[in-house]
Amino acid sequence: MSRRGKNTQIKAQPVPAWRRRMVVAVLGISAVLVAGRAFHLQVIDRDFLTREGAKRQVRTVTLPGHRAAIRDRRGEPLALSAPVDSLWCVPTELLGAPEHLAALAKVLKQSPRKLTGFLRERGKRQFVYLERGMSPDEARRALAIKAPGVFSIREYRRYYPAGEVAGQLVGFTDVDGKGQEGMELAHDSSLRGIAGSRHVIRDARGRIVEDTEEAVPSQPGQDLNLSIDLRLQYLAYRELKNTVSRHRAKGGLVVVADARTGELLAIASQPGFNPNNVSDRRPGRMRNRPIVDSFEPGSAVKPLLVAQAVETGAYGLQSLIDTGDGWMQVGRLTVQDIHAQGKTDLRMILAKSSNVGAAKIGLHMGAESVWQGYQRFGLGERVNTGFPGESSPLMRHFTKWGEIATATASYGYGLSLNGLHLVRAYAGLANDGLMPELRLLAKQPIGLGRQAVSAKTARVVRQMLESVAEEGGTGTQAAIPGYRVAGKTGTVRKVAVTGGYDAKRHQSVFVGMVPADNPRLVGLVMVDEPTVGGYYGGVVAAPIFSAVMQGALRLLQIAPDDCGVDCAQPSTLPQIAMPAGMRADMEPRS
Amino acid sequence: MNPFRDGFDWAQRSIRRIRLETADAPPSGLMLPLILVALVMASALYAIAIKHESRRMTGEMERARVEREKLQMEWSQLQLEEAALAHHARIESAARDQLGMSEPREYVILQQAAASRVP
Repeated sequence: MSRRGKNTQIKAQPVPAWRRRMVVAVLGISAVLVAGRAFHLQVIDRDFLTREGAKRQVRTVTLPGHRAAIRDRRGEPLALSAPVDSLWCVPTELLGAPEHLAALAKVLKQSPRKLTGFLRERGKRQFVYLERGMSPDEARRALAIKAPGVFSIREYRRYYPAGEVAGQLVGFTDVDGKGQEGMELAHDSSLRGIAGSRHVIRDARGRIVEDTEEAVPSQPGQDLNLSIDLRLQYLAYRELKNTVSRHRAKGGLVVVADARTGELLAIASQPGFNPNNVSDRRPGRMRNRPIVDSFEPGSAVKPLLVAQAVETGAYGLQSLIDTGDGWMQVGRLTVQDIHAQGKTDLRMILAKSSNVGAAKIGLHMGAESVWQGYQRFGLGERVNTGFPGESSPLMRHFTKWGEIATATASYGYGLSLNGLHLVRAYAGLANDGLMPELRLLAKQPIGLGRQAVSAKTARVVRQMLESVAEEGGTGTQAAIPGYRVAGKTGTVRKVAVTGGYDAKRHQSVFVGMVPADNPRLVGLVMVDEPTVGGYYGGVVAAPIFSAVMQGALRLLQIAPDDCGVDCAQPSTLPQIAMPAGMRADMEPRS
Repeated sequence: MNPFRDGFDWAQRSIRRIRLETADAPPSGLMLPLILVALVMASALYAIAIKHESRRMTGEMERARVEREKLQMEWSQLQLEEAALAHHARIESAARDQLGMSEPREYVILQQAAASRVP
């Protein structure tokens, strides 16, 4: 300005008004433009820009909801989910780096040539699994090679630590972790976890810097505690498996239940399968026979008949029944005994398992009374354990029974049950007539049970059943040293394919309770079609009962009730020094 | 007497005073905007500090979360390992074959008197 002033020597003139207006106008327009742009960005484009920004920064992270564990009553795991890593690659990238490929093949325990061939075959794909279900450590080693185009993803695999021992009961899940069989299926919805998600803001380096508000927390599944005691389950499994193979039988089952609470402590079934091994999952092996299969109970229902006879007063302890020379004609049916008994009482009918005696009692009481007796013990109702595929009992109404049906029903033919029906009915006898609901879950509220027969009747029948395992009974091999056993054998002919009964195919049954005086445990053993070494229930099934129950009594520390001269009356707090004393209480470990 | 009533009165009095001051003495009225500017600056800085702290803590939580995930993984693996090692079949074969043990099948039961019981 001053220079211009010097050069031109012109006296400063007043600025023309248009210049000022011009400046104001330019500034005004710019201001409007800026404000307009700001308005556009802030108001009109706002949603679009927010979205775009979020696309670049906000990421959704899924929070895995883990499937819960299945445990036994003491907290031992029966089914657990554990993380595994699956290794995948882009074949073209990996093939481009042969030295990495060789190192990787070593970790994967494959020959480099084979791996190359494998990848060449799948060269066009963008995603090829190298190995699935690796342990995280192995996967980490494989990733440490830093081979190009090799990645891992986290997956969860279900493990069954007990394996075959509790296979049918626990069941298994499919590849996606959905319950397919057994308790995994029955309680799928509570075991399954619900995956959550959260939206996070990541910075340029991929670190999570902020959580946005819309997060859905994941919900892990709830652990399931079964009523099973794995120690007893293993014992039952082992004894059953040995017996089935020793007698070359088709299969078998063992059930042990707590007589007072109705909790099922062991449910073993053969043939078995290992749920960890997918190829082992074959239909015949996965069946949980005690719950799913129905069979005719045979002689095992005779004590229930006798209970009804005593309860209704049709027969008493002193009543004598004439079984003649061991056979009896009812219409077209010939009822036969193995040994003729002549005149005998209820106790001996049970001890010797006389069919003629049972048929006579049944015919004398009449169809309605027999039917009612079985109904009392729940033979006509489902057990409702909640196990998938539980079979329903089959017993026709007494109005449809003729004389023959009444006679056969009296010794256990013409009706079909599953194993748990027998266990429940015998738990009724064991628990002084109060029949508990059977349960598969621990911590389930104890149901109210039902008074099947009076306590007096139950005690009388129990005392009679003791003679089964005593000298002269059919089940002497069920005896357990130190304990009094009450039980009943059964040898059931199976229905032949041609109709009628097969003389060569049998089911050997033993069902009983210990200690007889005040039973704590009820056990059922059934061996299906033993072919070698006898087929009578007292020969095949009773020894398993003895072995399993002896172990169970020891593990659960149940005091002996028959110690001869060595032990005094059991009323004074029995403290028993057990050999190989194990501290085994019923409380969960943790 | 009533703290709320007192506080309210005090606030009303102050507002009146500020009004009077601004009306009567323009130079001293400059104080209020200055104070407000200072407060705005302070709160802005504080907001930055808080934001930074929150990011730092988010990072920390993230690390803790990863750690938890890792520990859970380890826990389930250890449980599996324990179950495999404690499998009854394994224990049994070790007891029977290696240690030559057997289950008590025949035994005599002795009852101790209550007094001589060893806890």
